[in-house]
This record gives sequence, C-alpha cells and structure tokens, in this order.
Amino acid sequence: MKPAPFRYEAPRSLPDALALLDGEDARALAGGQSLVPMLNFRLAWPELIVDLNQVSELAYLQVCDGALRIGALARQATLHRSDVVAAGWPLLTAAVAHVGHAAIRTRGTVGGSVAHADPAAELPVALTALDARFHLRSRDGERTLSAAELFQGALTTALAPGELLREIEVPAPVPGARTAFLEQARTHGDFAVAGVAALVAPGAHAAIALLGAAAVPVRAVAAERALLDGASAGEVARLAAADVPDHYRRALLTTLTERALERVMA
Amino acid sequence: MTVRIEINGRVYEGEVEPRTLLSDFIRHRAGLTGTHVGCEHGVCGACTVQLDGEPMRSCLMLAVQADGLSVRTVEDLAGPGGELSPLQQAFTDHHALQCGFCTAGFLMTADALLRRRRAEPIGEAEIREELAGNLCRCTGYEGIVAAVRAAAAH
Repeated sequence: MKPAPFRYEAPRSLPDALALLDGEDARALAGGQSLVPMLNFRLAWPELIVDLNQVSELAYLQVCDGALRIGALARQATLHRSDVVAAGWPLLTAAVAHVGHAAIRTRGTVGGSVAHADPAAELPVALTALDARFHLRSRDGERTLSAAELFQGALTTALAPGELLREIEVPAPVPGARTAFLEQARTHGDFAVAGVAALVAPGAHAAIALLGAAAVPVRAVAAERALLDGASAGEVARLAAADVPDHYRRALLTTLTERALERVMA
Repeated sequence: MTVRIEINGRVYEGEVEPRTLLSDFIRHRAGLTGTHVGCEHGVCGACTVQLDGEPMRSCLMLAVQADGLSVRTVEDLAGPGGELSPLQQAFTDHHALQCGFCTAGFLMTADALLRRRRAEPIGEAEIREELAGNLCRCTGYEGIVAAVRAAAAH
C-alpha cells in the first residue's frame, strides 16, 4: 500500500526541527524502518513529517568522559561496526546484530528504535541493562529520563508532543563486567519472542534486562540481587522469569537467562 | 516537490508528492523496472537497492529523502554490453533463481557484501546471515548461497 498524503519538511538544525515538531500532528522521521511501514499500511497518517536526516548535529556516536553518547541520528549499522562500542559496550554490539537485517540497519537509527518502543525491540532492552540515560529536548528545554521512566508501554514512551529524543547516554563500562545478549525469534532477524541482556561483574555489579516479559523492557531486580548474593545461574534465571504470566515466554526467558548467565559467569 | 536523484550514474529529475516511495520513483519515473516491489513494508527484501554502497529497502524511503543522493540498482551490475557480472553469472551457474522476482534484491544485498568484504574470505554462516533479510519462495536458498560463495571466491 501507499502512504496517505502528508506535508514534508527536512530541517537542517535542531531548533528548526523542534519548532516544526511543536505543531499539531507532526511525526519525526529518522531511519524510517518502522514509521514508513506504518505509513505504507496507513496505520499512521500524520499531517506533517519532520525528516531529521539532514539535522547533521544529531548524527554522532562518541565517547565523552568515559560515557558513550549516541546522537538521535546514529545509524544501527554505525553502532554495529564501531570498534569503540565493541570494546567498551559489547552488549550493544551483540544486541544490534539482532535488529532486522543489514539493509534495515543501514537506515535504522538507535534513537528510532528507542522512540518507537516496540516491545520486541532489542536496543531498548540492552540500554535498560546498561542504565542508559535518555536526553529529551523540546522548545521548552531539556530533561533526562531513565529507561524505567521513558518506556511506558507498547509503542508508548514518556516523550511528549513536540519533544524529541536528542541523545542516549550510556555510562562508562563497568570494570571487569562480562555481557551477553540472547534472544529467541522464529527466524534470524524476525521479531523476538523473548530475549535477555545480562551484564555481570562478579561480586560487584549485576544487571539483567528481559525482552518479552512485558510490553516494556523489565529489569529483573530480585534476580540481580540473588546473583550478587551468590545464587546459581539456574536459581537466578528462575527468579528472573518468575513473574512472567505467559507459560511459553516464561520457559524461554528462564532458559535464555540461564544460558546468558553461564556465559558471563564462566 | 522537485527531486534530483542519481541512479546508476545518471541524474533523474522530477516532481513528486512527499509520499512517493523511492521504489516507485525508481520504477515509474526512472523506468528502471529491475527493482521489484514485494511486500512494501520492509520484510521481503525484493526492493533492495544500494545507497552509497550500502544495501537498503527502497520501499522504506521517500523519494524526497533521496534528493541529491546516489542510488544503485540491479541494472548497474551488468557490463555496458550486457555481459553478466561474476555474481550474476554465479546465480545462473548455480540455479540461484527460478521465478526471479526476488533476484534483484538478493543481487544488490550480496553485491554490497562482496564489495564490503573484498579480499577477505566470507564464510557460509556470514553469507546466510547477510541474506536473511531477503525472502525467496522458489529456490530453498541453497543455490543462492552457493552462488554467493562462488562469487566470493572469484
């Protein structure tokens, strides 16, 4: 199918983009790998499309004071191929490899994955495990949210009308941490049914984030605590998925979490 | 809106609605019908073209977004006299197509992989992963993978 008619603007600066997004029924277009299918299906029919692709000040991926800063327009392919990311934040490298396919990652952006907030998306889950901070900008100013504050439901975030995800900030790597990202999808690159992001520094730090446990990424807080208290991978995994209502997903998440923990604790 | 899009080294200029998809511009304005449109929502990979050498879905980009950019389609693979590229020849040799609807997308995906990994060996697992974004309902993929392996060894 073809999109319904819309107006199109391609601003070149962030202030111009924010001014355009401040109007009625405007949608920001980044990589377009989720929004354009929704336009084609006419699941979305905004009055105005604000194309961010020429706002070059948003297209960056850099390390600053030890933290990884991901601009709203950084492509998934850029994240995937970054040696800096592979060395410091291998969880992101592992997670982004599962995002669609090569041709999707060419255009798709990290910020777009986050702002779209698909319950099956990998990057929000990895960023949740990494304690990322999300910097939002509107004409009124800037605010910073955690993953728990940003992700509100399926395809729903705390982004207000006129507000744009400007940057994702990933804290400096945890010393001695090992990470794993595992998922189960019907075929490679398809939407995941369940997945897990794990980041563990023995005795010091444990983060386990689940994909498929709910409509938003879920931190398995009780399981993280048990892990630091010396529980086995199997016990931690059972605890992580214990509250997942669906039988099949609970089984998948238990197994995936156990496998991920065996990798990071080996 | 007026757009100027370079496709296979030639500039095509035209008036388009903002909602015109790049895939439709390529087929209907430029008349380059080698690029096929399957699902039109990014799943099948039939419409895959290259943008600055990288594979991408032409059905998931607006023509207005490609204004001033350089696109490469399947028509650019063969030589000036129509002689097949090594990759195309390998597809023929290894029976990597039957109905041919998906072939342009496979070729542009595989061509981008071969260009990016020139001079490095490419394993079968990597080829399969790279091609996973393209669907073929005829061949069962074995011939396609064999063809890309042969072209990679060329």
